[in-house]
Parts: sequence; structure tokens; C-alpha cells
Amino acid sequence: MAASFPRHGRLLVLLVVAVVSACLGAAAAHQAGSGEGYTISGRIKIEGANPKGFGLPAKTSNTKVILNGGQRVTFARPDGYFAFHNVPAGTHLIEVSSIGYFFSPVRVDISARNPGYIQAALTETRRVLNELVLEPLKEEQYYEVREPFSVMSLLKSPMGLMVGFMVLMVFVMPKMMENIDPEEMKQAQEQMRNNPVSFSSLLSRAQG
Amino acid sequence: MAAPPRRPFLVLLAGLLLVASLATLAEAIYEDQVGLADWHQKYIGKVKQAVYHSQKSGRRRVVVLTEENVISSLDLRSGDIFWRHVIDKNDPLDQLSLSLGKYVLTLSSGGTILRAWNLPDGQMIWETNLKTSTASNPQLHVMSNNKVAKDNLVLVSAGRWIYAVSSIDGAISWEKEFSLDGLEIKQVLQSPENDIVYAFGIAGSSKLALYQLSAKTGEILKDVQESLPGELSGEIVLGSDNVLVALNKARSSLFLIEFKSERISYKKVHVSDLVQDLSGTFKLQSLSNGVITLQTSSTVFLLKLKDTNGLEVVQRFDQPAAVSDALTIAEKDEAFAVVQHVGSQIEFIVKFRSDVSNENIREKVNIDHHRGNVEKVFLNSYIRTDKSHGFRALVVMEDHSLLLIQQGEVVWSREDGLASIVDVTTSELPVEKDGVSVADVEHNLFEWLKGHMLKLKGTLMLANADEVAAIQALRLKSSEKNKMTRDHNGFRKLLIVLTKAGKVIALHTGDGRIIWSNLMPSLRASRFGGMPSALRIYQWQVPHHSIMRENPSVLVVGKSGAESSAPGVFSILDSYSGEELNSMRLDHSVVQIIPLTLKDLSEQRLHLIVDSNSNAHLYPKSPDALNVFLHETPNLYFYSVDIQANVIRGYSLQKSCDIKGDEYCFSTKEIWSIIFPSDSERIAISETRKMNEVVHTQAKIIGDHDVMYKYLSKNLVFVATVSPKAAGDIGSALPEEASLVAYLIDAVTGRILHRVTHHGAQGPVHAVLSENWVVYHYFNLRAHRFEMEVIEIYDQSRADNKDVMKLILGKHNLSAPITSYARPEVVVKSQSYFFTHSVKAMAVTQTAKGITSKQLLIGTIGDQVLALDKRYLDPRRSANPTQQEKEEGIIPLTDSLPIIPQSFVTHSHQVEALRGIVSIPAKLESTTLVFTYGVDLFYTQLAPSRTYDSLTDEFSYALLLITIAVLVAAIIVTWIWSEKKELRDKWR
Repeated sequence: MAASFPRHGRLLVLLVVAVVSACLGAAAAHQAGSGEGYTISGRIKIEGANPKGFGLPAKTSNTKVILNGGQRVTFARPDGYFAFHNVPAGTHLIEVSSIGYFFSPVRVDISARNPGYIQAALTETRRVLNELVLEPLKEEQYYEVREPFSVMSLLKSPMGLMVGFMVLMVFVMPKMMENIDPEEMKQAQEQMRNNPVSFSSLLSRAQG
Repeated sequence: MAAPPRRPFLVLLAGLLLVASLATLAEAIYEDQVGLADWHQKYIGKVKQAVYHSQKSGRRRVVVLTEENVISSLDLRSGDIFWRHVIDKNDPLDQLSLSLGKYVLTLSSGGTILRAWNLPDGQMIWETNLKTSTASNPQLHVMSNNKVAKDNLVLVSAGRWIYAVSSIDGAISWEKEFSLDGLEIKQVLQSPENDIVYAFGIAGSSKLALYQLSAKTGEILKDVQESLPGELSGEIVLGSDNVLVALNKARSSLFLIEFKSERISYKKVHVSDLVQDLSGTFKLQSLSNGVITLQTSSTVFLLKLKDTNGLEVVQRFDQPAAVSDALTIAEKDEAFAVVQHVGSQIEFIVKFRSDVSNENIREKVNIDHHRGNVEKVFLNSYIRTDKSHGFRALVVMEDHSLLLIQQGEVVWSREDGLASIVDVTTSELPVEKDGVSVADVEHNLFEWLKGHMLKLKGTLMLANADEVAAIQALRLKSSEKNKMTRDHNGFRKLLIVLTKAGKVIALHTGDGRIIWSNLMPSLRASRFGGMPSALRIYQWQVPHHSIMRENPSVLVVGKSGAESSAPGVFSILDSYSGEELNSMRLDHSVVQIIPLTLKDLSEQRLHLIVDSNSNAHLYPKSPDALNVFLHETPNLYFYSVDIQANVIRGYSLQKSCDIKGDEYCFSTKEIWSIIFPSDSERIAISETRKMNEVVHTQAKIIGDHDVMYKYLSKNLVFVATVSPKAAGDIGSALPEEASLVAYLIDAVTGRILHRVTHHGAQGPVHAVLSENWVVYHYFNLRAHRFEMEVIEIYDQSRADNKDVMKLILGKHNLSAPITSYARPEVVVKSQSYFFTHSVKAMAVTQTAKGITSKQLLIGTIGDQVLALDKRYLDPRRSANPTQQEKEEGIIPLTDSLPIIPQSFVTHSHQVEALRGIVSIPAKLESTTLVFTYGVDLFYTQLAPSRTYDSLTDEFSYALLLITIAVLVAAIIVTWIWSEKKELRDKWR
């Protein structure tokens, strides 16, 4: 699928094509006719965007490709293709901004000694790219996902905990009381009798 | 991410400390909460070109190009944006055109980049790079009904180059570089009959050249050159099919240049012969065939070409007016519009070429006088039901707003001045007056119950779509967020913004609506040269105690010209109404504005203005203010950062000034300076603490119960320098030749407290300084990744205060004042982390008391704002934190900072061309208000440690009621049991 790109009468080879010649592990570059610089071209690939795999989903018409932190900004075509022209040799950084996706910046080395030899690597994962096909590392979910209603979440909430604790006290405490040594129980009861403070009297006192 | 505890009830009980451990680091919102506390507004900026869709397409749309470098398609019925692209500032858009009725073509970067966008949805179709000489004024010409090829050719001319590009795929059909030195092509025309392209250019200042090219191949068929007597200004417009009108350099006469196939002939016409009382500069505009306009600052002349190669004045408009381009209407006639001011109204006049002296339409339209003069008009026609032509026009006003006028009315208006905000301040709203009933806000009991039933349903996920919408509406209504009074939590405020056009606009934080707007008369561009520029906006008077009844006011500072020595202008506006209370033209320039913390008796804030002669002027000029100020003068120091000279200077104030009799003027004395060696360091950025920042505590208790004292000085300045080679963009420097040096400087003494060099690092540098720490973002060339470095400064001189005995014996220095005069003993801790994205702006959250933990607000390259917890940028993070450190909340070390999508405060919105982030404390300690501006505006509330001091909207009252009911039931049951037991005991 070689695409010819008539520019100054020369043939610009798309990066995708360059895979064929990329035994060197290099992406393709094309030196512009005037010798001013090179062309970095590549594609953006978002999974499930369209059947061919390349390109952008309909919702992301605003996908920008940024060279060197804003020195140059270009837009991706619907088929995901993008290019920067007249880029000097050196080490460059390409970032992709597309809402909903997280792209790793890409380090692109353009060799001055071997014209046209371009090397690319993701800076986040240090993965070397054989061809300049940029894929998002992950989709970005900007919203917290609302959990469906569940009894557990209700119980885990502070108020659920309070209710749980109360229920525990009501039902388990008497059982625990039964397990206490009868001797000690008697002592405690004696004490209670000496200063009779009971819950009901407390309540009635509060009412009174 | 773990599910955060959703019920902050316990949090309320448990207090602050518990919160720190409970709260998750990211603060996110649910999708159905969008728009509750935040708003997002989209703008495009001042329109400079507009192209309407053709009649046939049936769609009522217009494509516009703006000065904010935005290309956008607008709905003509409502002014809504269909699609929009914000092009980078480095790639300025020059020309806009439509092709084949389905492509939008833009020419940018001085004619080097030609892009085609799909008209319906704005997708970019193709992009072509053209090689041109550096051109000042590239032209774009779409050829009509080209018979050569099936597709339309687009002609691009810039400098000596002319290109023909296919509008279907952007392929270059032919290109031509003319050999004439210094040629600049001014006009490209075509003859539809014989497929000839005429390119008309000027070489040097007086040589004319006309080329005839074959439209098919670009071959030069003929070229004619002619020298004119006298120099040209470069301003050339098309008079008619074969006549060009050029202005000479002295701007005193016009050349009528007629070109026929064989030769160029010209005729000189003195402007003074046409128009007698002409003053100032003027510009030419081509209208329709045979009519041009000559516009001066106050007058517009319509000129008609006479058959005998002369010009005559048809009509003059003495009011400020604007003229549209010609619009071809049926029967080969053309129409154009003139819009002029008549009193408070504007008059919309449409004329036909065939009958220039008569008017087809003359309508009066009422326009808000805060919009200023009409600057541009774009005429469009439509077919009325009776088959006659109706006209409407887009009008661009002086305040950058865009209006559509039709049938004597403003159909819609867009406040696009908000796309170019220069500065922001805030104002409190009026206090709710006694006697004003709030009963209407309270619902009756049934409504209240119904609302809560709905909310309960929502919580239990039982609500259907309609009910969810009802809940949303109910929440909006009940939140009272749009009221025009001050609220208890301090969420409702006025955001007062100053725009590039010199307009001050107050926005309500509740929904972002405009409360008032005022185009500052002092900042309006006088058409007689001198472009005033708006500089800053400050709070001028914030009444508190005795003068509570007075309205607060804001101060707008501007410059009356572009150069630095231009005198400044001052305006004071009422914050509630926008009325101008006072306005003055200063007799000195404005180089630096220093708002002081001092206030005079009427609670006006004192401001010090430093002029270009390094004299400081005190405002307000009242004896009372002077008294207050003189008292503090010995302790006043200020500094200036001169990026050009690569110097930072510190100054103190002297009592007198050179100007005699002006006691409000003070001369300054340079007391220190730091001169950076220009061959190795260039100042990249300087940053200081926000004046209004509040710090809660000086001490920081670390895990092992040790105390560290923060070095808190308001005079701390962070300066970063980069090596000259690394001052350019990424990719221009090698790691070996790039370095970045960060300085922490005390601004009073000029003492360098800390200095650190990063080898192999380069800018752009963004920094934020808060409390005792600074965080800066730069590019690491060795790792080829962005990095963020944090530096925390601790005061060692107070470290001994841990000894309890000393405290008891009073041998501590806790109460000793912090002074810049003494040499501070500081300890610095620092660490750096990788950060994925480029950064456009950085800020830090500000809260009322400074208790809440801080978050960094990072405007990323994708025009989003990321809230990053300061805890990630802690220099004490280590790979294996000890148990104590874990308890303290120290996160294990990672080499890069996490980007959690849920912590984007802008969630799924983008603030296109993001420029600034402002954090404003609310009254509620947990919450801060964040306002982000660029071409778009975005506002939200943020709680960096979650809302620990109030219940959120999410709080489930139903669950609380259920809990109470269960508790009451439990109490009754226990009571009954207790009764029974007591009875049993008594029987025993």
C-alpha cells in the first residue's frame, strides 16, 4: 500500500510502508528536497476505532500531535496519518493529545549521519517502535464509576456500622453476660443493687 | 483505586486527623455530577475572517477565523459552535476559504501550511507543506469553475512563490518561483475564459510585475514589468477587473494601475484632491467591482472608479463605521454593507454596486454601548419568501464580541472577548440584606419529601432517566448556587476578568453568567495610533469593618501605548455594578505594579507603581495613605527581574523623588543585584509566593515525633536559568550543552539560599512556590522525559526548640521574629520525579486557613488540568518507607508521578489554549475554587482533602433517618427488656 506523496516531484514513502525496509528497526524519514530537514510521519491507531484498525474514533476529531512540547502542532487525519515536515536532525519528542486516551510521549531520533534513519521509542515504557504507529497505552475514565446498590456498601457506611454495632450490643451482650463467671456476676449484681442505676430509671429520670 | 468512603458522617465526628488516612488521594466526581459545581464555556476569540456556506447547501453556517488562532464553524441561527479547532500560536492562521462547497481551506505560518478541513464535522482531510520565502502577506485564491481538472485548484502565493494545489487531496499540481528579486505577490486573479492566472506583485518598493501563467501547468505566458515614479507602501487593493489601486509610501497619493494583456499603465491621484480634510493614517479596502473605500480613524469614504481612470467620492461616513466585502447576488450584481454608529444605535446600510448612491436597506439596530465601535462586518444574503434578497450581517465589535444582525435586530451575540483574558481577580457578593425573604427558596413539606424520595431512589439506583433528570434539576435549584448574595461557604463570588480588548467582565461563579461588563474608555484603542493595552486587575477596596456599607472596588491598570515608556492608565470600578468610579491617566509609565498589604483608613489597598525611570509612585494619592506608607517605608524592599539584561535587582525606597512637589513619588536605590553570566545562563522563569497565601503552621511533625520547622519567608524568590543553547525548543540542544540552574533567593538581601544545577536539563520551565517548597517542571534531555523537581526548605535555627526544658526556661527562639536581615540556617531537601506530559501552566490550591493539604494544579499539553497531590511530590519519599513514615502518609517512592484520570479536575472537558489557572480560597476551609482560562473558561470547586467540614450533596439523608429510626427502635427494645429485667429482679 505504497502511497505516493508528490512533493517537489519526489516520492515520499509512508512510514507504514517503511516496515518493509525496516529490518534496521527504523522508521522512515524523508529528506526534503532543499535539505532543510526531514519529515517525521506516522499514524495513530486507536483500537476499535474502525475496522481497519488505524484511525480515530468519531468522538475524537480533536486529536493533536505535538512536536517538542508545543513547537509544532498538527492534527491527525481521519485515517490517523500525521506528518511533520522540515524537522532538523536531532532528538525530538512527539506527544499525542486526545481526550479519553493516554498516549505515551515518543522519543524520535533523526540521525544526521545516516539521512533518513529515524528511531522511535516510547518514553513511558521504553519500548522501541519499529514503525511510528502510536497507540494509546490506556483509555482514560474521567469519572468515578458509581457502584450498584449493595447491602454490603450500606453496612460498610458509618451509619451501617453504627446500626451493626447496636444490633451486636443488643443481641450479643446478653449472651456474653451469661458466659461470665457466676461468682463475678453475683458480685456485680450486688454492686448494682447497692447503687441501683438502671437503664429504665435513667430514661424515666430523663423524662421526669 | 479503592472505593472511597462515601459517607463523611464519621469523618465529621472523627475530625481532621482521621481524614488524612481515610481520604483517597484522588478526588473524582461521578458522571451525573457534571455541571453541579463546575461550568465550561467555549469561545473562539475576535473574528478576523468569515466565510458563509453557500445558499445551496441549505445549512445556515458560517466558518470563521479568529485572532486567537481558532477556526470554527458557527450556527447562523444561534451562534453555537458546531466544531472548532484551536491552532497553535506558532502556526498563525492567515487566510480562510471554502472549496467545492465541502472543504474549508486554511493557510497558516506565512503561507507554508495549507490545510483542508471537512466542512460538516471539522475533521482534517489533508495538510500540505509549501516551501516559500519568508512572506508577510500570503494569499489564498480558490479557482472557480476550472476546466482543466475535475477538482478545483487552490492558488497559494507567498513572496516569490506561487503554488497550485488540488483541493481534493492536497497534491501540488504545479509550483513556480519567480526570478525577480524581492518580489512579493500581492494579488492573484484568474480569467475564467482562457484559464490564465494573473499574478501581480511588487518588487522592491516601486517596481510592478504582472505575470500571466497557464492555469494548467504554471508556465509563464507573459510577464510585464513597469517602474513607478515614487515608492509604494505595499498596500494594494483590487479596484475593478483590471485596475489595482496602490497607496504610495508617503500615503499622500494613490496609483491607479491598469493592466491589460500587453502592458501596465498607471495614473497618479492625490488623496488631497479627493478628500480635503484628511488626517491621520488611512487604509484601503476593496469593495465590489469599481468601488473601493478609504478608511481613516473617524471617517469612511466610498470611492468609485470613473471610466476615465479617475476616482470620485461617492459618499462619506463621518461616524466610526465599518464596511463589508462585496457579496455577489443574482443578476451579476454585488452588494456591500456599511455599518456606522448613530448615537447609541448602529445603522446597517446595504448598497448595490449597480447603484452606489442609493441604499437598498437602512436599518437601525440598538446595541449595548459597552460593546464599543463596530470593527468588522461580514454580509450575507438570503432569499425572502417574496424572492427578494434579504440581508444579515455578522458584526465584530470593539470588545471582540460577535453579533448577528438581521431585520434591525440583534439575533444573537457571543461574548468572545472572554477568549483573551489578561488577568483575573475576585470579589465577594453583597451580603444578604435583612428583610429580604428567603421563604420562596424553602419548599413546602410535600415538595421536600418528594425531593428526598427522588434522591433516595437515585441512591438506590431505582430511578429511571426522567427521574434522574428531575434529581439533577432539583439539585441545581436547591443548591442556591446562582443567587446574587454572599453565601456561608464562600462559594458564590464574582470572577472579575480583564480582557485584551480592555473590557472588564464579572462572571458569577455559580453558572458563569455575565453579571456586568464594562469596556474601559481609557483602554479603548484610539484610532489615531497608540494601542492601549490592558495589564492587570487588582482588588482596590475590600470593605470590612467601618465602611461595610460601601461596595468593593477593583483597580484596572493599563498602558496607553505599546512601548514601555507609554504612560499608564488607571481605572477604578465598582465590583457590584461595574460602574467606573474614577479614571486617571498617569503621568508616568508602568513597569512594575506592587500591591502592598497596607490599607488606608477607607480600606483602599496601597499600590506602588514603578516607572521606567525606577521611580516608585504610591496610590491612592491620599494623605492618609501616605502616612501609613511612610511609616512602613524603611521596611519596604522590592526586586525586579530583567530577563533581557539577565539581572535580578533588589531595591529599597528613598524618601524623595526627582519630581518636585510630588510627595507620592519615591526614588529607589539599588541595594543588590545578581548578574547571571549571559554566556552560560539565561533567566527562564522567576516565581514567588502568592501574596494572599495563608500558612497554618510552621512546624511539621514527622513520623518519629520529631519536628521540622518550615522556612516560611514571603521574600523567597525562585529563579531558574537555562544555558543559552537550551533556551530553545526541545530537540535543539544536546544533553551535554544543556543545563538548568535553580536558585532560591531572598529578595530583601539578595542572598542565594540554595542553588542546584541540573545537567542535561532544559526548559520550558514552569514553577510554583508555596509555603516552604517549590516545584518546577523541566525537560530532562538525558532521559528524554519531563521531570518535576521538588525543593523543600526547613529552618535549622529553630530545630533546637524541641527541647522541652529550653521551652520551659524560655530559652527558645520561637517568638523571635523571622527576619531577612539575619543569615538563615536552612536545610534543603529535594527530589525529582518523571512526569509524562508537557505543562502549559501550574498553580497550587489555596484554602482559607491553609490547613487543608495542597494539590498542584497542572495544565497539561492536552489542555486539561490535573490535580496532583503534594504528597506525591514529597522529597522524603523513599523506596521502603518505615512503619512510622507510612503512618505519616508517605507514599513509597516511584520514579514517575501517577496520572490518575479521575483526578483531572476538568474531567472530560478541555480548556483549549490553556493559559492560566487561578485558585481562590472559599470560606469553607476544605474547598478551593479553581478558575482556568484560555480560549475556553472552566470553573470548578475542589476539595483537596475531600469535604471534611461539610456534608456533600451525595450525603444520604434517608440513610441517616433509617439509622436514627433503627437506633430509636433499639433503645425502645432495650428499655422494655431492662424494665422486664428490673421487674424480675424486684420479684426475686
